[in-house]
Amino acid sequence: MTDASNTPPVSGVATTSTDGSKKSDKRSPGSSAASLTTVLTLIAICLLATAVRLFSVIKYESVIHEFDPYFNYRVTRYLTEEGFTKTWNFFDSFTWYPLGRIVGGTMYPGLIFTAGLIWKVLQALRSPIHIQEICVFMGPLFSGLCALATFFFMREVRGDGAGLASAAFIAIIPSYISRSVAGSYDLESIAIAALVTVFFLYVKTLNTASLRWATALFFGYLYMVASWGGYSFIVNLLPIHCLASIVLGRVSTGLYVAYAPFAILGALAALNIPVIGFNAVLMSEHFASFAVFGILHAAFAIKWIKETLPPRTYEAAKRVVWTVGTAVAGVILVLVTGYVTASPTFGWTGRSLSLLDPTYASKYIPIIASVSEHQPPAWSSYYNDLHLVTLLAPAGLVAAFTPLTDASLFLVLYAVTAVYFSGVMVRLMLVLAPAAACLAGLALSEALSYLFRSVRAEGEAVLAASGSAAEASGAASPGVAPPAPAERSAARKAARAAGRARSAPDAGAWMAPGSSARALPRDVAWVALAGLFYALALYVRHSVYIAGEHYSAPSIVLQTRQRDGSIKVFDDFREAYSWLSHNVPADAKVASWWDYGYQTTAMANRTVIVDNNTWNNTHIATVGRAMALPEKASSEVFRSLDVEYVFVVFGAFIGRVLGVGRGYPSDDINKFLWMVRIGGGVFPDIKERDYLNRGQYRVDSTAPKAMLDSTMYRLSYYRFAETGPLFGMPYGYDRVRQQTIGLPDFKLKHYEEVFTSEHWMVRVYRVLPEPNREVRLPNPNRVKAQRGAKVKPRRPSGDPTSMPSKTRQ
Amino acid sequence: MATLHTAKQVATAFQREYAKTPAKLKVLDAFSGLAIATALLQFVYAVLIGSFPFNAFLAGFFCCIGAFVLSVCLRMQVDPEDMSGKTERAFTEYALAMCVLFLAALNYVG
Repeated sequence: MTDASNTPPVSGVATTSTDGSKKSDKRSPGSSAASLTTVLTLIAICLLATAVRLFSVIKYESVIHEFDPYFNYRVTRYLTEEGFTKTWNFFDSFTWYPLGRIVGGTMYPGLIFTAGLIWKVLQALRSPIHIQEICVFMGPLFSGLCALATFFFMREVRGDGAGLASAAFIAIIPSYISRSVAGSYDLESIAIAALVTVFFLYVKTLNTASLRWATALFFGYLYMVASWGGYSFIVNLLPIHCLASIVLGRVSTGLYVAYAPFAILGALAALNIPVIGFNAVLMSEHFASFAVFGILHAAFAIKWIKETLPPRTYEAAKRVVWTVGTAVAGVILVLVTGYVTASPTFGWTGRSLSLLDPTYASKYIPIIASVSEHQPPAWSSYYNDLHLVTLLAPAGLVAAFTPLTDASLFLVLYAVTAVYFSGVMVRLMLVLAPAAACLAGLALSEALSYLFRSVRAEGEAVLAASGSAAEASGAASPGVAPPAPAERSAARKAARAAGRARSAPDAGAWMAPGSSARALPRDVAWVALAGLFYALALYVRHSVYIAGEHYSAPSIVLQTRQRDGSIKVFDDFREAYSWLSHNVPADAKVASWWDYGYQTTAMANRTVIVDNNTWNNTHIATVGRAMALPEKASSEVFRSLDVEYVFVVFGAFIGRVLGVGRGYPSDDINKFLWMVRIGGGVFPDIKERDYLNRGQYRVDSTAPKAMLDSTMYRLSYYRFAETGPLFGMPYGYDRVRQQTIGLPDFKLKHYEEVFTSEHWMVRVYRVLPEPNREVRLPNPNRVKAQRGAKVKPRRPSGDPTSMPSKTRQ
Repeated sequence: MATLHTAKQVATAFQREYAKTPAKLKVLDAFSGLAIATALLQFVYAVLIGSFPFNAFLAGFFCCIGAFVLSVCLRMQVDPEDMSGKTERAFTEYALAMCVLFLAALNYVG
């Protein structure tokens, strides 16, 4: 079914792209049939982009996925209930107990307000749709818009053909699918569409040099800034492009109109978003924008003065400016350096620093390093996430240079920087995806138009094979001409290009994109076309497969195929959250590792200590330390935080249920080392090496004492061994770690098990109140008597000291 | 000393050339100059006396710089020889962009 529904648009792209590139060569209103095909293809691409992301709803159900989306969902629900102003000033007392969080001032509001707006509009249209459905379908909706934006972006760069091909590529590029499947209600799902829109508007402004588009660019950037922290990529990429244009001598009105208002209005836009605020002028990430703003003005001032003054006076003026200018620049440099060096991180935020220096996070900020999506990607993930695009993108890079326009220069710079950033963090593969798709679309469209031209031009080509050299030199100048329409200073450039072509006619003909100068033989062209379409079909198959199998899992509902082929669903998370919301006092504080904070507040509606908004490292370290400490000490920490319930996520039981697979590997025991690291980063009494057996992380009998005594270990494996042996494995065999646990039998003194979900994935414990009687109050007589007689000490409930040593024997 | 002398020469040559620009463009240039002067004034004030309501300072400063930038954009688009439809459209766009700029700045002043 998927093949049938997906093949038509792709073949549609192929046929129209030739029409499109022909049209772009002329840049005149082409035949209405061609433009109709373009529009229809574009609609098909948008529908495809939306449809391919619906697997998660079909295979699972319409739920919000993962972690961060739950926070967004909760705030969106708040928005629909309380209105805009209250959300803008939302203070959330349910998280970061006892601190709370000023949500309104610390979130990117774009996504939430967009969903709220759509909901409002639908309400006004008398469409009683639940806000959750809107949130679920935001990702697919904006993916369609992203394909549209990509089309317009690439049309500005190279023409309709490249635009359609790029849109088709980005519609089903797996890297972007991973963040925008239905239910993935995350910032990135709309931010990529906003990102490409900003690029489109920038390039449009470059090409038209009109303030109308510059104003549109402001609004696009405002939306981007309101949507995602990745705006800092734009605020650095545009200056890079501007600087490159100045260096390459491509200074034009378009560049000024595009960049200068952006630098100022964009900064104002960023200032207006509370989460960025003063950072927009105080943090180093934004300095490049202002520095290039200054350089741009210097370049234009020089240009203007040069045009105004007579040449000899200009030479004199240059000398004056050099002496004065160096002095002024020196002063500014000293001021900025002084400001920057005054701060320990040189004015950069931690996340940006970990981008510039990939080893920074692992050295200084374990909390950033602990997030798996902040790790550098493996090579296979490039293939997995980009597939055919990895092959075509380099070809597109070459195609972007022939001819090099302002717009294609921008595309090249975007791609190069995005490749670097994606190499630093897995998460930023997402930024690379549009760049790679655009380059691949460019390459594909150039290749297709060249091949189809070869197929059509067979008769002449065969006849004129001998005289092709003469034809080539003739075709060279019209072949190189296509850049001209896109450029402002057309006449001068074309003259220069023609001069170059005349001096080296062969090179000129070879460089000319898609020129009919050297048509391939017809058979070869057909073979090449067939190969290309085969590769495209593989790409579609791969993307659909990835979308269906890999990226649709909501991660709060798990499912596995059993041996008999039936599907087993694990709904433990929602079961546990629902239990919490029904059985725990409304004002109870629930502690867990920070990964589950958002879900707990959204689904269980209970106060949590830490959540996925990792703004307070000390607070997270406190929880990490509590999990790492032995039972008594940790219960004291939890009680000091008013925590009544603690839950851990435990994955080792699942393998037992299924008999296949290794269970749920991303459980708390596997995350435990990060808790130790983060806890130890703030509290020196936690040392990572105490939890490792000669550098190895073990849970079996070779595990060190601190590991076996840690609260996390106890809460996870409590009563685990009692469940009996399994398939010839010993008691207490942990499938996830593939070890037999080292301490199978123990009792809890300071915690009480209150709930364990069906497959033991979530285990909720109550922190027992302190015993009324302090059992270790000094009682001189009794102590003496005991010491002499070696009487076995009584063990009143709540005696912590005897427990670990006793139970381990 | 020699530098000062050349600077003087350059200035006179510049004045001579600049006198040739049309009056309308001169008005625009005067406005740009005013905007940049206001921005400088605010900057000097912030450096000397203090930038306490920092958002107010930023809004004012960026508003002035923005007005300057937009005026320069308009000046680049205006064709001195042909003051007809194209210029008028450019001016409309300029007015729109200015409105947006002031709105953004106003929103930030608080």
